Amino acid sequence: MFADVTFLAAEPHAPVIEPAGADGVFSLLWLIIALPALGAAVLLLGGRRTDAWGHLLGVATVSASFVLGLVSFFGLMGRGAEERSVDQFLYTWFEAGEFRVDMALLFDPLSALFVLLITGVGALIHVYSVGYMAHDPRRRRFFGYLNLFVAAMLVLVLADNYLGLFLGWEGVGLASYLLIGFWQHKPSAAVAAKKAFVVNRVGDIGMALGVALLFATFGSTAFTEVSAVAPEASDAVLTALGLLFLLAACGKSAQVPLQSWLLDAMEGPTPVSALIHAATMVTAGVYLIVRSNFIYEAAPVAQTAVVVVGAVTLLWGAVIGTAKDDIKKALAGSTMSQIGYMMLAAGLGVAGYAFAIFHLLTHGFFKANLFLGAGSVMHAMDDDVDMRHYGALQKMLPVTFLTFAMGYLAIIGFPGFSGFWSKDKIIETAFSENLVVGLAALLGAGITAFYMTRVMLMTYFGKKRWDRGVHPHESPKVMTVPLVVLAALSVLGGALLIGDWIVKWLEPVVGHAEHHELSVAPIVLTLIIVAVVAVGVALAWFLVGKPDVPREAPANVSVFTRAARADLYGDALNETLLMRPGDRLVTELSEFDNRGVDGAVNGTAAAFAGLSGRMRRWQTGFVRSYALSLLAGAVLVLAVLLVVNLA
Amino acid sequence: MSETPFLVLSAILFTIGAVGVLTRRNALVLFMCVEMMLNATNLALVTFSRVHGNLDGQVTAFFVMVVAAAEVVIGLAIIVTIFRTRRSASVDDASLLKY
Repeated sequence: MFADVTFLAAEPHAPVIEPAGADGVFSLLWLIIALPALGAAVLLLGGRRTDAWGHLLGVATVSASFVLGLVSFFGLMGRGAEERSVDQFLYTWFEAGEFRVDMALLFDPLSALFVLLITGVGALIHVYSVGYMAHDPRRRRFFGYLNLFVAAMLVLVLADNYLGLFLGWEGVGLASYLLIGFWQHKPSAAVAAKKAFVVNRVGDIGMALGVALLFATFGSTAFTEVSAVAPEASDAVLTALGLLFLLAACGKSAQVPLQSWLLDAMEGPTPVSALIHAATMVTAGVYLIVRSNFIYEAAPVAQTAVVVVGAVTLLWGAVIGTAKDDIKKALAGSTMSQIGYMMLAAGLGVAGYAFAIFHLLTHGFFKANLFLGAGSVMHAMDDDVDMRHYGALQKMLPVTFLTFAMGYLAIIGFPGFSGFWSKDKIIETAFSENLVVGLAALLGAGITAFYMTRVMLMTYFGKKRWDRGVHPHESPKVMTVPLVVLAALSVLGGALLIGDWIVKWLEPVVGHAEHHELSVAPIVLTLIIVAVVAVGVALAWFLVGKPDVPREAPANVSVFTRAARADLYGDALNETLLMRPGDRLVTELSEFDNRGVDGAVNGTAAAFAGLSGRMRRWQTGFVRSYALSLLAGAVLVLAVLLVVNLA
Repeated sequence: MSETPFLVLSAILFTIGAVGVLTRRNALVLFMCVEMMLNATNLALVTFSRVHGNLDGQVTAFFVMVVAAAEVVIGLAIIVTIFRTRRSASVDDASLLKY
């Protein structure tokens, strides 16, 4: 029943693999989504009755999904490269005449990796949350939301068509909103949730229009069907599709110009920041672009736009990261920057897709690790997030420190750690495509090293700057074990590149690219990258490590620091360019509505009311006056008749 | 025989009736004036019927009489009722139904 591989005429295009039906182990594919969805339903509908064991159910469903995902993954691995695509038809979603949308799952090398990342890292973060949220009275609800998120994210990556992807896309947006605003009693959290939701709506416009355009052009949104006919569409349509999906990706992945929500999203509980706003949901934009590779390959303009967005964001986020004293916000800037790397790689075409996904995976490991480490530190410091109140914590929190250090070495690209391999590959590919983009990526690596070293030094080294009454203590086992696992993954994640495994693994989805020749030997470039990273680390040491860190942020700082502290004026820009003019427009429109439209309607009514007020005076109640007017009328009619007849 | 005298008489009767309706206050007198206008009209109808040599006008006159009779029945009933409640038959007093 395995169909033959068909190659498209247009090269260099990804081979379109006709997915095989889901049999054997793959017949349980739907269960991967159904389990966390069921967990969410039980926890959210069950109410207080489930309080006692809700967190355990939450962990169990996601872990079971992970096991199923692993089994399916190895099942896929056992097949030949040309047969690694499984489609499970679930039901017809809706049908109207010729128009029909099926709900079906596509399990191929790309979605397999995502399923493992989401359920694997997700399960670890669920376990961690058991400890982190132990004292929160609404822990059961938290796990309900987390399960809901995992289910939605799995729909996003497993759907075999854009509409199903859109369903998951909105689902994770909802879960993100609910979880950012989880501590809704804090106005800042409620506002941050709303901001994330609104900014994401802007991106979702792109998604909705893109899906509609797909329907209008191809009459279908299934990945396999669209990719087969995509090269035949006109350039304008493909470019429009590419740009619309880029807009969607910008919203979801916090890329410039829709980046402003991610920093505020740190108002949510830290496991949320780790799972949703670092490891999985924010990378959905990268998934979308890699999944739509057949569109971007045929739309060079859109592809260039992706590269530009990625390059700008990777510097933008990195610069923000250098000036933040809030440990979570520093990490959020870093997330933005790292996703910029992924977008950059995804925009570089066939040569970059695999590395974008590779970096996405390693980033998922080390950034989840870093965020959970930050959560552990906050746990120790009475939920203080200001790094200026930390210092000298490496003795107090030995496990957190060591695991955080692994994540740190991974993200700055210390040779041998996972981030080194993935970032190195992206920078290398960037240089082979375009010098400017390559330099931006290289500079980003330097800044990354700077801000992460700064975080490291301010948190774990130097003098104690703790608030009075704070007694740091190591977190319980339930929190440190996930940290250790993630730290191990951060160190060893680079193994995916052994023998170019991940590149070959993704070839059935994104196609095969000839290796671009660099003008310098790769080893020279690697040395340059390591040197730039070393400069960043050294700079941080001289600026933050050696002198004492003041407990209060210095006020008289350079204009650049001030800009970075204000998120490079992203919010100010949105406010002046969009919010205020929009506000004024709305005020004026409502003014026009009140005065103009309502005025016309009310004025007409008032005129008739006044007129009738006068006319009813004629009803005097005297019968004889009525008789007189009757007579007068009759006489008038007669007179007119006479005049007309005589004339 | 010329029809002119009949028509002139009809016009005179109608005018007397109309002026009576406009000037008198007593409801009964008003009523009689209305009857006079109706009968003036009947006279004109019958006259024209004769002039034209057919019976249309006469038939219409019978209709007018029937309607007038019905009207008198209802009208008198109303007048009597008003008189009972207000102790007055003046139409100007019964002017409550107004703006």
